[in-house]
Amino acid sequence: MAQTSDSHQVIIGEHEQYTINMGPQHPSTHGVLRFELSLEGETVVGVRSHCGYIHRGIEKMCEVSTYQQIIHLTDRMDYLSAHINNEAVSLCVEKALGIEVPERVKVIRTILSELTRVGSHLLWWSAFGMDMGALTTFFYGMRDREKILDIFEESCGGRLLQSFICPGGLMHDVHPNFVARIRELIPYLRKKLPEYDRLLTGNIILQERTRNIGVLSRQQAIAWGVTGPSGRGSAFSCDVRVHEPYSAYDRVKVNEVLYHQGDTFARYRVRLDEIHESLSILEQLIDQIPEGNDYAVKMKPIIKLPAGDYYQRVETARGELGVYMVSDGEKYPVRVKFRSPNFSNLFVIEQLAVGHKIADLVAISGSLDLVIPDIDR
Amino acid sequence: MINHPNKELGGWQLFRKYFSELWFGIRTLLKGLRITSGYFFSPKEIITEQYPENRATLKMFDRFKGEVIMSHTAENRHRCTGCGICEMNCPNGSIQVITRKETTPEGKSVRGLDKHIYHLGMCTFCGLCVKSCPSDALAFGQKFEHAVFNRHHLTKVLNQPGSLLQKEIKAS
Repeated sequence: MAQTSDSHQVIIGEHEQYTINMGPQHPSTHGVLRFELSLEGETVVGVRSHCGYIHRGIEKMCEVSTYQQIIHLTDRMDYLSAHINNEAVSLCVEKALGIEVPERVKVIRTILSELTRVGSHLLWWSAFGMDMGALTTFFYGMRDREKILDIFEESCGGRLLQSFICPGGLMHDVHPNFVARIRELIPYLRKKLPEYDRLLTGNIILQERTRNIGVLSRQQAIAWGVTGPSGRGSAFSCDVRVHEPYSAYDRVKVNEVLYHQGDTFARYRVRLDEIHESLSILEQLIDQIPEGNDYAVKMKPIIKLPAGDYYQRVETARGELGVYMVSDGEKYPVRVKFRSPNFSNLFVIEQLAVGHKIADLVAISGSLDLVIPDIDR
Repeated sequence: MINHPNKELGGWQLFRKYFSELWFGIRTLLKGLRITSGYFFSPKEIITEQYPENRATLKMFDRFKGEVIMSHTAENRHRCTGCGICEMNCPNGSIQVITRKETTPEGKSVRGLDKHIYHLGMCTFCGLCVKSCPSDALAFGQKFEHAVFNRHHLTKVLNQPGSLLQKEIKAS
């Protein structure tokens, strides 16, 4: 109760709405994102999300970059699925040129993509636990992700931003230890993942805070274009790896993980199950790497795509990434458009959070697994 | 107690439900605590690296992209011909190749490398310069402690003073 003057009293009551900003500098928005919350007490009655704080104009920068130079910019969009972003651009350029990359490159690309997905989901699990107030998960998730980063560092030279997959193949051949390290990693993670379930999934606090919170119906998911694990938690079958296989996904068995509840807990379960699924894909592919050392087809120093427009979509760790390129036959593209998964996944939060508490908003935004640089680009 | 023919059956059920949920909750918390305490009491699971103390033994992977370097032989020879392909390929303009006119002993005037300037602060480590170099002059170094007090220290001249072109490589 605040008294402004003797005659006029302002009472902040239960039924009076007020507006408060969450972010842009807030630890649980995972980046510079601002939510404009309309609150009634502690209950959210409206969310407006404001993005653009980390806009770097990547699409515009692509228009003055050669096709090889675009690769390192895509690393910086969704930095947790850097390999998959690189692959999307590479596939688009190869599709335009009509190049078929060697089988070995296809398999290695797929292995790298799946490793990226596992690493991304592990980081998400760590951060999600921390959003819920469990600090331990952060250490355990990071500990296991470190093994994947070591594989990347040894083969690609970078831990987070590798710029490894390029038009025509790979930047250089993978390290001789590559296969042996993955063979070690799979049983290691298989041993550790049940620990995650015992530590966090079965935990009563997590269950109470995520079940029936932020229910996204299948219709809503389709209408808002929510793809990836967030969409699959609402039984929206949207896995590009299954529906439109690229690289080596056509020769492996990919089980699409679907849950029907659509709440925060379902999205949580989808991601944890996808780690198991990715491990089984890795297991299928690791023995299939063809012998030899051809890691790229010979490309011209300056790639010029034939005039026209090209589209390629891939499944990143967060959903469907589409790359649309328009070329007029010169060395720079005329227009590059990225259909990034996080942009579509973000705005559904304006529907999901209404009626829940602020703490639930943190859980919901955590379960959507937002990477802010991918939203703003 | 379940079949107690009493009006307060609902109350008992509530009572039972309350305590069964309480015990379920405590059990799940204890399950998690068992894992964390298991790690707490097993010192061989500790994976933390004591970073500043282990600098002597810390070795990065050979391919780690720490900085761009130009390798020199023992006779202070490098392999850069000053062609400028790395400069053209660099997406951020972090490389400047400055050439000079040189006169060979035969009296011919050729282009040679004067200064290979590398702005570490602008570099995004995409690897295009190293990959595109036709004479393998550039490579990635493993040094990663790049913090300096003045950003002008991040601008480096990669060719050592007085270094010359390694001729035999060009001939072969």
